[in-house]
Amino acid sequence: MTGKASVRGAVLLAVAAVVLAGCGDSGDSSGDSSGQSAALEGRGPIKFATGKDTSGNMQKLVDEWNGKHPKEKVEITELPEAADEQRNLMVQNAQAKSKEFSVLNLDVVWTAEFAANQWVVKLPQDQFDLDKFLEPAVNTAKYRDNLYAVPVYSDGGLLFYRKDLLTAAGVTDAPKTWDEMKEDCAKVQALPGNSGLGCYAGQFDKYEGLTCNFSEAVQSAGGSILDKSGKPTVDTQEAKDGLNFLVNGVKDKEIPAAAVTYKEEDGRRAFQDGQLIFHRNWPYVYAKAQATDGSSQVAGKFDIAPLPGKDGAGVSTLGGHNFAISAFAENKATALDFIKFFTSEEAERSNLLATSQAPTRTDLYDDADLLKQFPYLATLKESILTAVPRPQAVQYNDVTAAMQDAAYSAMNGQKSTDDALKDLQSKLEQLTKE
Amino acid sequence: MTVTTAPPPTASGAPKRSTAKSDPQKHGRLALMLLTPTFLVLAIVVVYPLIAALRESLYQKKSGLDENGFVIKGDTFVGVENYTNIFKGETATRFWNAFWNTTFFTVTTLALEILIGVSMALVMHHALRGKGLVRASILVPWAIPTVVSALMWQTIFQADGVANEVLHSQILWTTEGFHAKIAVIIADVWKTAPFVGLLVLAGLQVIPGDVYEAARVDGANAWKQFWRITLPLVKPALLVAILFRGLDALRMFDLPYVMIGQRKSSVETLSMLAQEQTTSQRFGPAAAYAVVLFIYVAIVAYAFVKLLGADVLGEARTRAKETKQRKLKAATA
Repeated sequence: MTGKASVRGAVLLAVAAVVLAGCGDSGDSSGDSSGQSAALEGRGPIKFATGKDTSGNMQKLVDEWNGKHPKEKVEITELPEAADEQRNLMVQNAQAKSKEFSVLNLDVVWTAEFAANQWVVKLPQDQFDLDKFLEPAVNTAKYRDNLYAVPVYSDGGLLFYRKDLLTAAGVTDAPKTWDEMKEDCAKVQALPGNSGLGCYAGQFDKYEGLTCNFSEAVQSAGGSILDKSGKPTVDTQEAKDGLNFLVNGVKDKEIPAAAVTYKEEDGRRAFQDGQLIFHRNWPYVYAKAQATDGSSQVAGKFDIAPLPGKDGAGVSTLGGHNFAISAFAENKATALDFIKFFTSEEAERSNLLATSQAPTRTDLYDDADLLKQFPYLATLKESILTAVPRPQAVQYNDVTAAMQDAAYSAMNGQKSTDDALKDLQSKLEQLTKE
Repeated sequence: MTVTTAPPPTASGAPKRSTAKSDPQKHGRLALMLLTPTFLVLAIVVVYPLIAALRESLYQKKSGLDENGFVIKGDTFVGVENYTNIFKGETATRFWNAFWNTTFFTVTTLALEILIGVSMALVMHHALRGKGLVRASILVPWAIPTVVSALMWQTIFQADGVANEVLHSQILWTTEGFHAKIAVIIADVWKTAPFVGLLVLAGLQVIPGDVYEAARVDGANAWKQFWRITLPLVKPALLVAILFRGLDALRMFDLPYVMIGQRKSSVETLSMLAQEQTTSQRFGPAAAYAVVLFIYVAIVAYAFVKLLGADVLGEARTRAKETKQRKLKAATA
């Protein structure tokens, strides 16, 4: 992860927020309790708050919009690169009821918090062709069946694997289950010179990535973190099997010891350096590992597959970003139109081409031209269509912290799987009881 | 930080339009006028936030959702509940762990920084050639922002990083355990020892050379010179450095946060607890943590000034007495 350079600034701002919070609440909790902001009205210039526009394609799309709508110009406000800090800034703006940001680029896990606090407005579902979008992605934009955001980018976990090594060991297909994966590893490691290779690694340091990997393990064993009604279900046998996959992996050295310090980039580097046979990561790794400038030693030697599970295909967690409209913004009609423009098929196509970020429109995954350029799209579609979002909790911060505590302490042997999950269950029950 | 709020000197009595005879009053009014901006600024940037934080720490956000799933808004006055919660159950374990971590880091880093800082100052002071270069190079770490140095050390301490390479070890520095503490201490000392060195160097430079000359004539060796002349004379500067660094270390945040990570009990400090509550929008408990930390820092600062400050004066006095006696003895002999 990069871009922590403004941690200090964020903390300062947080302190300022402590001070401001005292005078921010002018107590208008009455009235509008349904969250219906009637109609989204007002046209004029707006500001669009987002994380870093690394490819410059956002600016390109905004320029295109501005050319067509000279009276409703959109200005990009770039927030810090780290997700936590983006959230902090947006939350502070909402608490100050600031008109500054109109359109917010929200991580999929923030929807519930922003909707429940009425920081973003309800959107008219009938004005979007939501059936053309990936269904799991649309679900991340909903809170209590109402639409509060529109999915723009999606993301799902993929299994990167060393095809060359598997072929050499006589394995033809990518593993579908964890047991198959372990067997394949044993076969590869039995070959001369391969004994030092790590079998499998994901993102196991104590941060959001661990939440993703832990949920995936539980889901891939047939369990869930919260059930359909929002009740925690981590005291089940399936959850135990899921966590045990990770815990035993570390214990049996199938997961290399160093993997408990891995974030996305550490794991990617290890895979690119040829130290791993199987690696769970996001699609962005594909382009980097395929690079032929010498930075990757596995270019042309690997392939991708859907994540494996306990008895069959695994279930990925869902990443991505949704656009929402701030409840305190002016010119909401312009904001709505801008979101429509940004989620149009042309915009999403140009974005995929420029950034290789996964789109949210289903059609793009079946487009022959795009498939040629991004061979992983078919697998990614499969991954996203079966993916499950992380818990949609209003207090998501506490939920993810509790999940990380449980998974990390179990994987590092400080707690048994049973104890870790028992503690997690009681914590989640408390956090979701309202 | 301690705040000393002296009441602004007020001009007494009704303003007189008369002659220049009321000199002290005039002075008083001028002083008030000149000091007012300072006190205003202090009130805005120090007193107000402090009071606001104290007030905030007595409130809690209403919890729960209404039937539509919306967060119920508003604050409730909860008295000292935010404070008592800190010392209850699981949070108490976390709090005391963070408290001991903070104290441990402060004591260990301070000790190492003094040792290394003083050595650095001596080197900088005595460097004959390339004085400027030596000084500049020693000060580089201090000039690097903490977050940047934290990321740098994170790279050094990662599983296949330089640290393991050099030590021929397989330690996972950023995982839970005592090694994480060591990693933080090393990174912190690297960054802040130059600060101590800089302040001590300033102290060294005001020691007149003839004192050493006299000592050499008296046959004192280098060690004795250091122990009996350098150290006592540089002590005031050193104490200021220790005070600053100590208070700084007590609110350590960015280094463990960025380098090791959040919610890792081996390196969790008090500031990190307050920050965690803030990001979860629980400003009441966050303010309570901040106030507890403030009180701890204030106590340490007070004790420091009281104990060591008094000591400095005391020693100066005894030294003065000693020299007087010695002179007397010499005169009588």
